[in-house]
Amino acid sequence: MAWQWFHRLGSPRWFFDKTSPWVFWLGLVSLSMLLFGAVWGLMIAPSDFKQGNSYRIIFIHVPGAIVSMAGYYVMAICGAIGLIWRMKLSFMVMKSVAPIGAVLTFVGLVTGAIWGKPTWGTWWEWDARITSMLVLFFLYLGIIALQEAYRQQDAADKTCAILALVGMVNIPIIYKSVDWWYTLHQPATLKLTEASSISPSMAYPLIFMIVAFYFVFAWVVLLFTRLEVLKREKKTRWVQELVAARV
Amino acid sequence: MHPVRKQRLYLVLFIVLASSVGVGLVLYALQENMNLFYPPTKIVNGEAPLDKTIRAGGCVVPGSVVRDDKSLKVAFSVTDGASVLPVHYEGLLPDLFSEGEAAVLTGQVDHQGIFNATEVLAKHDETYMPPEVADAMQQKSPDYKEHTATCGEIKYDS
Repeated sequence: MAWQWFHRLGSPRWFFDKTSPWVFWLGLVSLSMLLFGAVWGLMIAPSDFKQGNSYRIIFIHVPGAIVSMAGYYVMAICGAIGLIWRMKLSFMVMKSVAPIGAVLTFVGLVTGAIWGKPTWGTWWEWDARITSMLVLFFLYLGIIALQEAYRQQDAADKTCAILALVGMVNIPIIYKSVDWWYTLHQPATLKLTEASSISPSMAYPLIFMIVAFYFVFAWVVLLFTRLEVLKREKKTRWVQELVAARV
Repeated sequence: MHPVRKQRLYLVLFIVLASSVGVGLVLYALQENMNLFYPPTKIVNGEAPLDKTIRAGGCVVPGSVVRDDKSLKVAFSVTDGASVLPVHYEGLLPDLFSEGEAAVLTGQVDHQGIFNATEVLAKHDETYMPPEVADAMQQKSPDYKEHTATCGEIKYDS
């Protein structure tokens, strides 16, 4: 009984029907959170004692980077579930995460470079944190490319799942790189086990933005996965009936 | 669990484990080379190569910055708490470069033990606070001085 929902997820149709009402509400919630968080962080939060206003890029940079790493875990775990249980839907989620993760990683890299120029004095430095983040970007691009490299979807899914699993080792490296080696990038500001080295008036909008980015991520993954369901199931009767009803 | 699925689960775990061990060994072998810069102690002890372009990183010793009036030449020292490395540089310094803050330098060590930098980057720490809070902390303890007075608090190595 407890596993019923899990087995139902094996049916893309059940997923598509169930999530139809979510699209609007999740979109509304995530976009309003993003807007509210942006106003809070970029306009209401106080400026920094050393960096002035240029620190405000943290409200985009940190959420983008965190969700890009969490997204990789989502992608790899979906790949593993697909490999073990041969669940079609799981592979569809895996495929949908890749472009979103790539965009978020790109956002992290670009905002970091824009912040780095006035703060450090350079756009780019090959330190462990920045380089491992670039590797993450290439891993996402690799998965996107692999999906298109096979004629059979089944083969593409399995290969991508294996690449996603192999690349998973990069995530703890990104996370710990600033502690393990001497880097130009500073260590984490928000800490789980000890007091954060950021004033609460800045930390709250930052945490809010991180949650908002998670919501936007979930929403876009849902949209992409639903699109993928329609693409892969286009020959089935239910999709054709659905399309016929719309046209 | 179905035996076939169990077998696939083991395969997945094996992939994750094997790639982690592989990458872990590579990183272990690279160890020192993964660091962006040498700490002053290693350079002062002669563990860093001479006349070769390397990077050094450390906290700029308060009171050590001496600027030349007629040119962009500047001299200062960086420390990791144990050793002090003298640095010569000619050029523009980044905005956040200041005494008591960490910096990462590119350049060469000469035979007098002086680091001739060709590039100076400011290493920002992870502290963020509004100016009012910084002022309040300074008033509470005059020594605090926006924490630029001392190198003691700088965890330059992380």
